[in-house]
Amino acid sequence: MKYLDEFRDGQLAQGLAAHIRQAVKPNRQYALMEFCGGHTHAICRYGIEDLLPETIRLIHGPGCPVCVLPSGRLQAAIELIERERVILCSYGDLLRVPGAQGDTLLKAKARGADIRMVYSISDALEIARTHPKRSVVFFAIGFETTTPPTAVAILQAQQEGLGNFSVYGNHVLTPPALRALLASGGEVDGFIGPAHVSTIIGSQPYEFVATEHQRPLVIAGFEPLDMLRAIAMLIRQINKGQARVENEYTRAVSAAGNRKAQALMAEVFTVRPGFEWRGLGWLSDSALAIRPEFAAWDAEQRFDMPPIQAADHKACACAEVLRGIKHPQDCPVFGTACTPDHPLGSCMVSAEGACAAYYHYGRFRQMATL
Amino acid sequence: MSRRNVFPHRLDLAHGCVEMTHGGGGRAMAQLIEELFVAAFDNLWLRSQDDCAQFQVPAGRLVMATDSHVVSPLFFPGGDIGCLSVHGTLNDVAMAGARPLYLAASFILEEGFPLADLKKIVDSMAQAARQADVPIVTGDTKVVERGKGDGVFITTTGIGVIPEGVNISAQRAQPGDAILISGSIGEHGMAVLAQRENLSFDAPIQSDTAALHGLVAAMVTAVPDIHCLRDPTRGGLATALNEIAQQAGVGMRLQEAAIPVQESVRALGEFLGLDPLYIANEGKLLAICKAESAEKLLAAMRAHPHGQAAAIIGQVVADDHHFVEMKTVFGGSRLVDWLSGEQLPRIC
Amino acid sequence: MCLAIPAQVIEILEYDQAIVDMGGVRKPISTALLEEVAVGDYVIVHVGYALNRLDPDEAAETLRLFAEMAEVISDEISR
Repeated sequence: MKYLDEFRDGQLAQGLAAHIRQAVKPNRQYALMEFCGGHTHAICRYGIEDLLPETIRLIHGPGCPVCVLPSGRLQAAIELIERERVILCSYGDLLRVPGAQGDTLLKAKARGADIRMVYSISDALEIARTHPKRSVVFFAIGFETTTPPTAVAILQAQQEGLGNFSVYGNHVLTPPALRALLASGGEVDGFIGPAHVSTIIGSQPYEFVATEHQRPLVIAGFEPLDMLRAIAMLIRQINKGQARVENEYTRAVSAAGNRKAQALMAEVFTVRPGFEWRGLGWLSDSALAIRPEFAAWDAEQRFDMPPIQAADHKACACAEVLRGIKHPQDCPVFGTACTPDHPLGSCMVSAEGACAAYYHYGRFRQMATL
Repeated sequence: MSRRNVFPHRLDLAHGCVEMTHGGGGRAMAQLIEELFVAAFDNLWLRSQDDCAQFQVPAGRLVMATDSHVVSPLFFPGGDIGCLSVHGTLNDVAMAGARPLYLAASFILEEGFPLADLKKIVDSMAQAARQADVPIVTGDTKVVERGKGDGVFITTTGIGVIPEGVNISAQRAQPGDAILISGSIGEHGMAVLAQRENLSFDAPIQSDTAALHGLVAAMVTAVPDIHCLRDPTRGGLATALNEIAQQAGVGMRLQEAAIPVQESVRALGEFLGLDPLYIANEGKLLAICKAESAEKLLAAMRAHPHGQAAAIIGQVVADDHHFVEMKTVFGGSRLVDWLSGEQLPRIC
Repeated sequence: MCLAIPAQVIEILEYDQAIVDMGGVRKPISTALLEEVAVGDYVIVHVGYALNRLDPDEAAETLRLFAEMAEVISDEISR
């Protein structure tokens, strides 16, 4: 497959890995955080850590929108669909995330709620068109990659006068999350920047990481070779004491990003004063709300969806895992009480959550050292 | 000599629907059986109109297997619930190394299900059984009210006989054994997914549904001492390997580059965020044999129409954790874990 | 968060839609986020929407940089 296979070439991988091994300074540790859940998944799925020297530690960040969705917001959706007979459309990842007391959308479905898994918000629009007498609510999550499609869909619904369609918006923003991570003062030497968020927002918004916090950030493409090269670029900067934003994913990311997508987002959404993030707490200006002029398509305006406080499971260490303070295997319940079949926290549900990725692809390493 | 029933009006197979009376045990049911099922499956046993089939079996160890089929949609590229139900049970029997002898088929029909569709399904079953040279000798029909069934559910049961010298069991997998697959993976599940509501793709993927007992016969002739055979259906290759690893108390090491996957299956997997290793196959088998016999077994498989793309994909190792690990095309290693829950497509 | 894949536009449809091909899989997607798109272009597709065009020159350059990085070291290593 073009633009996929060439970027996964095993031989080039060996060469890049050798380059990195040569580049790291002896007696120096490197802590690199990859922000994006897609990168976490790629690291585990390709076994990239096996190609890196032990002095490079990869820390998994909170760039997984399923993982950072607070259980209270999920619980509100479950309660909505049990109260009102709406059709809830959701991406697959959300169906098994535990809400309050381990309840999930999938369990609600088993109890009779009309929940439909969709691949795209446009599928939800179609369901609304074909079920004019039913209310259709789309559970929107995602960073800036996934937000523009929601904006387009809401504008589409307005244009068509699709009165039975609404969106439960939980879109979040990347730069505030990065700020929160940097503020919590963890020892991260450099960041691997998200691939597809960056196609939308461009490389410009990351400048503060370099200028205010003196850390390098390299935007990496989605494929494993991209990640290796980005790691090499970070190592080089760190060795030289540099802190710049570099773009490895030049084939899809520009400095300005996708202006049209940004404009559409701005047309439909406004920034919420604050939003609760699982693991990162209350972050101001970190999430999006649907603008008042589109209130008719905002599920939170149309339906009574009171904020719900749902506490995470006591033993769940998702908060620390999301900040990169703990590695999944440091969590006391990892692999025992908390597994993909019985997740206690969201990091174990989403395929890109650090815990799920590590459990599913990499836990043999942990066992090997026991 | 059997008496044929004569019914005043033939079944309207073109426009009629299944009605509750078709399951009532009376004339309507007899007519459905005669004009639809018996007409299609047509053999001595069914023509005798007994409620059971009587037959001799050759001496030896017998195998019995049963499978229920609830696939949705009922018709998909490359097959339908009918041929799937025949192939599925034939393959379960064949995975013991056995030669299938007879099949039974029971149907749960939903009131309102179009007879035209039922006929297509039954004809497909008949053709599959004929091609496999295994008759459907007895069966049952029930009808449930509208809304209580998904069109049609089919359960098939099969029996077969195991040749002398063949002793196949998951527990026989041993460190050092070679692991082989009979062809490319993930096609059936992807073909079905591609058809389903909410996930509409025009992917040119055909289900690989096929009867494998002919391939198995060729394999046990070439290498009678095959240790394990399994058809990786629900849960895919990954699940089948983990099951065997668990049962035999071993681990496995695979080479990703050696596992055949069609381009379009890979592409759909990329699109949906699904891993072909976990997608159902209905016309493939995996085999585990002594390392020394691997090349011979591979040659026998490749010589057969259902094994042309066969490959050696890894080996069995000693491993107390029973891990199935894989060397990725990239050079690193990853676990090929059990499937947790249903594989939900990722967006993210 | 970012499952997005490169696909080639094979047909432009009305209302900001296009058909893309990815390894033989064809699907209609939305091009509403793109300024312009032509048949033959490669785009990144995420949840049914094209996010951006893929620049073939930059892609080629990136591959060249991979090869360069990989080669440089195979000249130097004498392990």
